[in-house]
Amino acid sequence: MTRIAKLLRHRIAGGTILGGLGGLLLVCAVLAAAAAPVLAPYRPTDIDLRQRLLPPSWDAGGNMLHMLGTDNVGRDILSRIIWGARISLSVGLAASCLGALVGSTLGLCAGFFGGWTDRAVSWLIDVQLAFPFTLFAIFLLAVFGGGFMPVVAVLSLATWVNFARVVRSQALSLRAQDYLLAARAVGVGTPRILRRYLLPAVLPSIVVVASFSAAQAILTQAALSFLGIGVDPTVPSWGTMLDLGRNYLQTAWWMATFPGIAIALTVLGANLVGDWLSLRLDPRGS
Amino acid sequence: MNETLLDIAGLTVRFGGTTAVSDVFLTVARGEAVGIVGESGSGKSAAMLAAIRLHPPGTGIETERHVLGGEDVRNATEGKMRSLRGRFVAMVFQDPLSALNPLLPVGVQIAEVLMRHRRLGRRMAHLEARALLTRVGIADAAAHEHRYPHEFSGGQRQRVMIASALAGDPALRIADEPTTALDVTVQAQLARLIVQLQRERQMGLIWVTHDLALMAGIVDRVVVMYAGRIMEMAPAGALYFAPRHPYTVALLASLPRLDRKRSPVLPGAPAPPGGVAQPGCPFAPRCSKRIDKCDEVPPLLEIGESLAACWALA
Repeated sequence: MTRIAKLLRHRIAGGTILGGLGGLLLVCAVLAAAAAPVLAPYRPTDIDLRQRLLPPSWDAGGNMLHMLGTDNVGRDILSRIIWGARISLSVGLAASCLGALVGSTLGLCAGFFGGWTDRAVSWLIDVQLAFPFTLFAIFLLAVFGGGFMPVVAVLSLATWVNFARVVRSQALSLRAQDYLLAARAVGVGTPRILRRYLLPAVLPSIVVVASFSAAQAILTQAALSFLGIGVDPTVPSWGTMLDLGRNYLQTAWWMATFPGIAIALTVLGANLVGDWLSLRLDPRGS
Repeated sequence: MNETLLDIAGLTVRFGGTTAVSDVFLTVARGEAVGIVGESGSGKSAAMLAAIRLHPPGTGIETERHVLGGEDVRNATEGKMRSLRGRFVAMVFQDPLSALNPLLPVGVQIAEVLMRHRRLGRRMAHLEARALLTRVGIADAAAHEHRYPHEFSGGQRQRVMIASALAGDPALRIADEPTTALDVTVQAQLARLIVQLQRERQMGLIWVTHDLALMAGIVDRVVVMYAGRIMEMAPAGALYFAPRHPYTVALLASLPRLDRKRSPVLPGAPAPPGGVAQPGCPFAPRCSKRIDKCDEVPPLLEIGESLAACWALA
């Protein structure tokens, strides 16, 4: 009994249980996105006006054909949530990757070269952080129009800062390491030092920041869709579903609640995985 | 006369407001081993880093002459220096654990130097890396080349460092306290290895250390530094048997010996890093032979085979 308790405590302290839970949530979301055509009972755009505003199956008046109910024009909520995972995940992943690419490169150069490179990058970071981001994103998307790539690009504006800050500070401390001096003393060039000596050392942090950034991007993307400047209004996304459901909160709570839960669980999953990764990959953590 | 590998004169290194090295000169010929001795902060490492232009950014260095491999490198670009480093001159550092990349297997690190400087393909480079590891005394190199630095013992690690400094087949090797972090028996083995390799390949060697005793029998010539200045420069034999400068005399006297209960200790405290505030000879405050003239900087005087910077010898 004590052994099990000990193991359990160890698992909790090491974040394994919560990390596993987060992983499970993410796997579910990814599965939903990947297998949406197979999993979803209906097409997300199928309108059935006779079945509009059906409550979830366990509620009075609900039926098993529409597990989570239907919306104001009779589209199946469950199917729309499953399809909506595609947008959320792909935008989150893309924004996180693009941010990682740009932010890590800038951070690495800033930390390693120092001097004016560092000042320029630090200034950019400060400028970026000084903007109220959501307002800035709304402005940009309103001016340049929505769509997948514009949304990803705008969200990357928020995520790259996370990478740049973390990577810069690590590169700064690694720069003074003897092995970099020793590598230079045998003639290893700067690009090679950045790629082979610094990048592997900061990679664990990049992975951790990436999972948190993905969560942030998913959330912001949903917020943008909610405000009607999302990827594409005709494609179901969790944010647009929320927006639509807002008008029916009094009469059809399920329209906004279920997409909201989907967003919350996915973001929670990404954050839990991020926590777990940072515990596992941090060399100082035991 | 053998080919001169490094010829540096009037070397001054400044970190911010402090002068770490002033007016140092040094020549090393092919096949010659030169020792540089000094306490911590005497500027020996700073001088060597400046000699291969790896001084930290923000450091001011001045030279009257700086010839490396027959080329004037006073205004050399970083690219030019990079092609010299590793290929012509390589450096071995004191602490091999921090001087090896902890994230790459050692074989890869050595192979990288081979690919860069000897233009070997990946496969050839790995074979050659294995041969080098074997040469520096690592048994079963084929298995060890895939290991990471932390999987080696201190002595093995320093052998790996030596192998990577050999990889470019440099004409000149600078060893900065290569054995200081190791225990005494391993120290002796490695010292022997370094000298063997130097003789075998007719390399030039600069051995930086604070351990006068270790260098006896290894080097041909010794440079004694104190507070960034050269105190004495002499052939090894002359230095050990007939030290001229009061600092050298005191250093040699302070070496622990088995036939004495206690060795005399140098009076006073070592010069602070970055030089001494007072003008004149930096050693004067601790010197037993101090005279009035020591308020001026002494020039290097020729006494027999030695050069010594001391007014008392004039």
